[in-house]
Amino acid sequence: MAEPLDDYIDAVSKALALPVEDAWRPAVRANLEVSLRLARLVDEFALPDETEPAPIFAV
Amino acid sequence: MTAKPDLSAADIAKAVAGGKLSALDATEAALARITQHDGVLNAFTDVTADRARAKARAIDADIAAGKEVGPLAGVPFAVKNLFDVAGLPTRAGSKINRDLPPARRDATLVERMEAAGAVLVGALNMGEYAYDFTGENIHDGPSRNPHDTTRMSGGSSGGSGSAVGGALVPIALGSDTNGSIRVPSSFCGIFGLKPTYGRLSRARSFPFVASFDHLGPFARSVTDLALAYDAMQGPDADDAACTTRGLEPTTPLIANPVSDLRIALAGGYFQKNVFPEAVEAVSRVAKALGATSVVEIPEAARARAAAYVISTTEGASLHLDRLRKRPNDFDPAVRDRLIAGAMVPAPLVDRAQKFRRWYRAQLAELFKSVDVLIAPATPCTAPKLGQVNFNLDGVELPVRANIGIHTQPISFIGLPVVAVPVPLEPLPIGVQIIAAPWREDIALRVAYALETMGIVAAPAPRGL
Repeated sequence: MAEPLDDYIDAVSKALALPVEDAWRPAVRANLEVSLRLARLVDEFALPDETEPAPIFAV
Repeated sequence: MTAKPDLSAADIAKAVAGGKLSALDATEAALARITQHDGVLNAFTDVTADRARAKARAIDADIAAGKEVGPLAGVPFAVKNLFDVAGLPTRAGSKINRDLPPARRDATLVERMEAAGAVLVGALNMGEYAYDFTGENIHDGPSRNPHDTTRMSGGSSGGSGSAVGGALVPIALGSDTNGSIRVPSSFCGIFGLKPTYGRLSRARSFPFVASFDHLGPFARSVTDLALAYDAMQGPDADDAACTTRGLEPTTPLIANPVSDLRIALAGGYFQKNVFPEAVEAVSRVAKALGATSVVEIPEAARARAAAYVISTTEGASLHLDRLRKRPNDFDPAVRDRLIAGAMVPAPLVDRAQKFRRWYRAQLAELFKSVDVLIAPATPCTAPKLGQVNFNLDGVELPVRANIGIHTQPISFIGLPVVAVPVPLEPLPIGVQIIAAPWREDIALRVAYALETMGIVAAPAPRGL
């Protein structure tokens, strides 16, 4: 049975021309689930619209 | 005078400069110790013996001619194999990169160490492309813990931890993106400095996550750590993130008293998910420093999450073309993490970088009332090589995902940290001494005070 993220993995794999062999798929999916879960934790945190990204410490 | 393995870098440099020990003898002693023990430790991937002997002879010739020599004269050192070393391909722990042409010029930090008189003896094992906390490497085999060779050295600068922990060299250099200096320091029982982001040049080293990549030294004493750090400071136009601040030497400051410093324990997140040995180590350090106040670092779990997201996506961006062309030449575990990283939607990454600015502002506020924060470096002592899970309070947790939980929220905003080794039995464990940006001097001062009190020390390697 297809997992919920499989269609997304297929679509991004095509869009980026990034191969995902069937044998790798469970590990890729598991890693993506972790990344998205952690990203959601960040996403849930409300920030002002004016917030700028902080790529480096300014001197 | 003979170059015993317990000689510090400072001892060696003083003896060499004073004519009591030749740089060549110091170098030969390190090479002999590498030959004797590296078959077990697997810390080195390259030994640059010819280059080292030539450099040592040049130092001895300078001394014979009455010329001034640098503060690290004759001190053997080695570097994680993501530093460019002229004549070697910069493998960065990978199979793919060893097809690269040999580096034509040394990394800036190698040049600066050698300008101070240090002698490069080789390049060190590491986790593939630095995406690792274990020190294991599928291509080169694991570097091993010098106190128990069945255990992890810690990653990703595993060879650096193993080489210094095993006293093969007094100083090594490594990189730290999410904890890769502090974790091996903790597992191998040595001192490590992750400086402020942008403090030390990364020029001609192989990157991982541009937002978080730092380079720094490992040593067996705070004096040696400060000596190496001071030798490497200074602006460098070849690293876009390198600060233009002038030199701020720490060696003259490390013995200053710490009684005027406001030292607090990091609470909340940093007191969770820790084994008793990490609690004991933090407690010993706090007690010795008279630190009783506990400060909550706000949203540390979210900071760790954001660091994870930025790391996996910037790492994926770096390796995208290699993932397309040579996916089967990666460690599968690294490959699958990077492919997943390439699939994280861009707005989530942008939000992580925005959260970073918010978090940085919170910490800047916190450092108005505190000079130093104390936190565990790792939740546990070195796990067994290949260990997948550990049991914490009855809960099975994956080892790899949890080794760096206490280091990631700190490097996320580039704060300077000295990892100090608490010599517990049977294995040492590290504690993070965290200071405000650009205050490496304060973190080193506290580490030196703890060393002087006998609370922290690099134990003699017990596994050799």
